[in-house]
Amino acid sequence: MKALNEIFAEALMIDIGRVTDDLTYNSIPEWDSVAHMALIAELEGVYDIMLDTDDIIAMSTPAIARDILTKYGVAL
Amino acid sequence: MTGETNVTSGTVPASRIEDFFTADPFALARAEKQALLGAELAVLTQHHRDHCGAYDAILASYGTTPPGGAGAPLIPVSQFKLHNLASVAPAQVFKTMTSSGTTGQAPSRIVLDADTARLQTRALARIVTSFIGPQRLPMLIIDNPATVKDRRTFSARGAGILGLMTFGRDHHYALTDETMAIDWPSIEAFAEKYAGQSILAFGFTFMVWKHLLQRLEAEGRRLPFENAILIHSGGWKKLEAEKVSNDQFKAVAQARAGFARVHNFYGMVEQTGSVFMECEAGRLHAPLFADIAFRDPVDWHELPAGQPGIVQVMSVLPRSYPGHSLLTEDLGELIGEDDCPCGRNGRTFRIHGRLAKAEVRGCSDTFTAPAAAPSHG
Repeated sequence: MKALNEIFAEALMIDIGRVTDDLTYNSIPEWDSVAHMALIAELEGVYDIMLDTDDIIAMSTPAIARDILTKYGVAL
Repeated sequence: MTGETNVTSGTVPASRIEDFFTADPFALARAEKQALLGAELAVLTQHHRDHCGAYDAILASYGTTPPGGAGAPLIPVSQFKLHNLASVAPAQVFKTMTSSGTTGQAPSRIVLDADTARLQTRALARIVTSFIGPQRLPMLIIDNPATVKDRRTFSARGAGILGLMTFGRDHHYALTDETMAIDWPSIEAFAEKYAGQSILAFGFTFMVWKHLLQRLEAEGRRLPFENAILIHSGGWKKLEAEKVSNDQFKAVAQARAGFARVHNFYGMVEQTGSVFMECEAGRLHAPLFADIAFRDPVDWHELPAGQPGIVQVMSVLPRSYPGHSLLTEDLGELIGEDDCPCGRNGRTFRIHGRLAKAEVRGCSDTFTAPAAAPSHG
């Protein structure tokens, strides 16, 4: 299974080296609302889950994403 | 959403913005809402006076009795066409939103920092999920994919679609491209997958009517959805020419597309996020994040229910630009407060449409003359 950072890099179309735990939504042009929806679709597809609206909005860093995905039973 | 308090309200001292997110957006009755909202708007007025010189100059020109009251003096939306009004340093600006702009007018420029953008997203989610629930339904977007394709150019329409996409999943588009031809393969694939289920649809009012509902009527076709929810926005201006009423729109939406629940909303790029949604009783509702008033065009006093006036909108979200109390170019009237049959509290109202051009110019003249004269060149 793809690593979380890899999913982020692909969805945001950035180099994987730029994906750090504290990379923040809206702090780089590549991670805007369009990319965010692509990221959500990718996470839901890869992990076969359905995220709630609140969790999509809260998912503002890879670190927070990991916490949220754990809540959905995803083993990372 | 732990750990966000400092991120969002830390930049504006004395702000109680997080309290607006803990309460239900339609629960507070007038006294309680006004205490919270009035205090926050006053905090924002001071914040913007401190950080936006042009805004401070406009307020200074009002003297001791500013229109809209001392707590949240109003400024006309046209000020955002005339000036770059920002309360943050250019380096903090994350995104500049532009209004589509009436023909022949300069567009509004609204600067967003990350905090304000985030508050907008969170507020919109609170309001919309309170109507449709937290689950994300399969979503049909009544537009073409090109509208959201280019990330760098943010039209108001593209931004509106993006803002609503969060509330759905498995997004399909109903139209093919800029020709606005109906994308039957896309719709049929979507319909087959989710026939008989609840789905969410979103589009701009005119697009939904012209490019979906009228086409379905003309071709004698129906979409097979049940209990589907349609959210639409963008105004009735183009439909007024075709004499389409809200009731008629809803009836056709139900009959042709199975949209059993239809929610129009009133909002504008100058106050993204704190939208006014139409309830089951057909009234537009002010959420906790926002309020609305209707003003006499001569002396700007607030008009009581049933008397049409110029729409003033207030929002607790704008931090990076002084847009928390705005005089719009729309005409509308108050219906009531805390008395809607749907059970939600807050003010309810209806919008009559845009002001005629001469009226708008009159308003702008009144307001811009003292403060904006130097930059008129």
